[in-house]
Amino acid sequence: MAKLIDVSDLNIYYGDFLAVEDVTMTIEPRAVTALIGPSGCGKSTFLRSLNRMHEVIPGARVEGKVVMDGQDLYGSDIDPVTVRRQIGMVFQRPNPFPTMSIYENVAAGIKLNAKRMKKSDLDELVERSLRGANLWNEVKDRLNRPGAGLSGGQQQRLCIARAIAIQPDVLLMDEPCSALDPISTLAVEDLIEQLKLEYTIVIVTHNMQQAARVSDKTAFFNLAAVGKPGKVVEIDDTATIFSNPSQKATEDYISGRFG
Amino acid sequence: MTTTATAARGEARREARARAGDRIFKGTSTAAGILILLILAAVAIFLLIQAIPALRAPAEEVMGGEGLLGYIAPLLFGTILSSVIALVIATPLAVGIALFISHYAPRRMAQGLGYAVDLLAAVPSIVYGLWGFTWLAPRLTPLYRWLSDNLGFIPLFAGPASPTGRTMFTAGVVLAVMILPIVTALSREVFLQTPRLHEEAALALGATRWETIRYAVIPYGRSGVVSAAMLGLGRALGETMAVAIVLSATGAVTFNLIGSTNPSTIPANIALTFPEATGLDVSVLIASGLVLFVITFGVNMLARWVVNRRAEFSGAN
Amino acid sequence: MSAPTTDTTRTAQPAGSSRAGMREHRLPKWAPAAVVGAALVVAVLLTLPFGAPVAGVAVLTAILAVGGIWLASRIVEGSRKATDRLVTALVTVAFLIAMVPLVSVVWTVVANGAARLDVQFFTHSMFRVVGEGGGALHALWGTVIVTGLATLISVPIGLLTAIYLVEYGRGRLARWITFLVDVMTGIPSIVAGLFIVAVFALLFRPGLQLGLMGGLALSVLMIPVVVRSCEEMLKLVPNELREASYALGVPKWRTIIKVVLRTAVGGIATGITLAVARVTGETAPLLLTVGLTAGLNFNPLEGKMATLPVYAYYQYTAPGVPPEFAIERAWTAVLLLIALVMGLNLLARVISRVFAPKAR
Repeated sequence: MAKLIDVSDLNIYYGDFLAVEDVTMTIEPRAVTALIGPSGCGKSTFLRSLNRMHEVIPGARVEGKVVMDGQDLYGSDIDPVTVRRQIGMVFQRPNPFPTMSIYENVAAGIKLNAKRMKKSDLDELVERSLRGANLWNEVKDRLNRPGAGLSGGQQQRLCIARAIAIQPDVLLMDEPCSALDPISTLAVEDLIEQLKLEYTIVIVTHNMQQAARVSDKTAFFNLAAVGKPGKVVEIDDTATIFSNPSQKATEDYISGRFG
Repeated sequence: MTTTATAARGEARREARARAGDRIFKGTSTAAGILILLILAAVAIFLLIQAIPALRAPAEEVMGGEGLLGYIAPLLFGTILSSVIALVIATPLAVGIALFISHYAPRRMAQGLGYAVDLLAAVPSIVYGLWGFTWLAPRLTPLYRWLSDNLGFIPLFAGPASPTGRTMFTAGVVLAVMILPIVTALSREVFLQTPRLHEEAALALGATRWETIRYAVIPYGRSGVVSAAMLGLGRALGETMAVAIVLSATGAVTFNLIGSTNPSTIPANIALTFPEATGLDVSVLIASGLVLFVITFGVNMLARWVVNRRAEFSGAN
Repeated sequence: MSAPTTDTTRTAQPAGSSRAGMREHRLPKWAPAAVVGAALVVAVLLTLPFGAPVAGVAVLTAILAVGGIWLASRIVEGSRKATDRLVTALVTVAFLIAMVPLVSVVWTVVANGAARLDVQFFTHSMFRVVGEGGGALHALWGTVIVTGLATLISVPIGLLTAIYLVEYGRGRLARWITFLVDVMTGIPSIVAGLFIVAVFALLFRPGLQLGLMGGLALSVLMIPVVVRSCEEMLKLVPNELREASYALGVPKWRTIIKVVLRTAVGGIATGITLAVARVTGETAPLLLTVGLTAGLNFNPLEGKMATLPVYAYYQYTAPGVPPEFAIERAWTAVLLLIALVMGLNLLARVISRVFAPKAR
């Protein structure tokens, strides 16, 4: 189910402002690709353009190609809603639906889309997703309690369970640990480690150790100056990027000289 | 994942439905928004259409026999006079109450006191009418007698004092009570928005509470209070039942606020005359309603414009 | 802006004044209460020759107390403090003045309306009633029907407009709608009534009065209120929830219905209840559009209908002979109306409590 994504010549705009320029990269299946770089360099913007969440913002648009499964996700006959069903997303701050229980949150992708499913199948799906998110043992006795009652780390894993419950091919994570404490962060990182066996994972992170720990490939984004578009400076195996980067800027950033 | 043909077809159908759903939903909600604009335009257009016979009618056929202008002008005078009285009474009082709630009342009580003032807005206007007629007017008559005896040289209090108390001044007081909550609520809101830093800076300089308010809160909230007062004015201009019941209207144009002869107001006159009116008279009343609509619309627009401008330029946050 | 006070007073309160000094130049905590008490006693004594009328005593007490507090502070604490105390006293008096109408309105209505608050009032209309007896059953039903119609018309339009403004509206059209909705909240209620009269006179015939017309007139007043309150509530729904839903592949319209509206439902219900409360007491538009009948009429598409406010108005202003029975009925109708409106306000608060987001 994990799939490869081919990005070529992607330009991302907010209105007339070019935010990210000319990205070309291949995102490998069954691997974790980390996007790193200073604030405002367009990592999150790029991530959001992969499942067409970018265009939710008024005036935002994209030029170029994002090909998955031989299909351009920005093709004229493609519905963004379908893209998002295949490419799931986890956000910076845990955002469970406050009106729903833990169970309903996990089943949200099914319920909100008015898909019909037998109760027993749904029960099984919820359990499988919660187990997949390493949360089952912590919540199995209180599935009917509000999702907002969990701790921050649990909420984030609930959101991951919610995302994998619709069985996507790719999972995008936008700084999933930045609002979490170290112990919860560890739990989520362990989870990413397991999830990459089944999914293509792209993660944006500000934490270089995290990128080094969890990812197989790393892309370094940077911008020439404030107001200029962000660009991919370098993309390579994580080990190479962190030990022997080919670009001076990458080395400076990783060694903490700026950003 | 195995994708069977049926599943793919189901997916396609769901997709088509989703797109149609989005279009329909966006369409209906946009239509609802546009409908509101149409209603507003329709109010002006239909009133105008129905007022045309009155505009065309010869002067002697219009009620009162002095033409449309001659009929509406005294009413307009009464409308504005009563509203100005209301505004003069209500604005300082409302600012005081707003300050009391926002800066003086104990924190724990402030919200409850706010509710108490808001309750004034919940009282239906007919209740204010009956209250003004039976409770307020008799209690104001001694005051009117005293005013005409001692301050009769001022045209406003020329007298002779009305024995019933159903005067222009009483109507103004009732209107003041009715607009008090809205002016208070809006003023309170702007006072609470004063950047805390400004206030703390003033307090840190050793200012007393009043000095803090005078130099940090009031300058910041002034335009907000102005627009609150204007919205209150809009309410007062259009208020109908309370004035219709309280005011003993005879149609005279006079600045004497405490006598028994008073000009009526446009809305009160419509309420009192309409049930018995037919033919051209209805058209004349609708014409007067159109005048009222245009005036209140203008006042409200100006007030909102002031509010919006303030929101854009306020340095808060 | 000029300096707060003259420079001399500023230097008269040197920054370095010792704590002991602060303590010395301060009125004790009980001082304001004592001054008010003293003012009351003096006011009663002064007005005793005139029979000490309540209003006179109250006004005199307020004046004496405000003046007394200022004077005492002026002597003990200096002029800056005295001004501060004066303003404190004045705003407190302003608040108390506002409470006078509230208390007296409620008191007048309850005192006059309690007499006829009997079973007959709720079980009888005015059909074939002259003089004593009769009730407001028909008017109560009329109010329910007309207000219900207004709610049925206003809520969909108002809610959809709010959804448009928050979720879809961009650019000039949205700005105009927002602005004009604000302006529309200020339309005089009698103009709304005239508008509907004008429309029906043109489309059908002049002089028509129907329950439906009343519902339409009230909805002109109600729609902008519903739009405003729903808009506020929809804006409170965090964007993160919309994004979470989109990311699950949920189309926008389903996101709005199942996530946004679902999250805001408590606030929306509260806002609608308050809007209903606001139009329930409207008299003027109903006077023009619905009129009054003596008997029950459940059909909003045919004939005049009685409503509580109009019923109260006519019972009071055209009581017939002898007048006292009708006037009693008017007060009871008004009492019922006020109870209805305040009850709806209370209900709104309960709804917002019940739907308040629960943490766990």
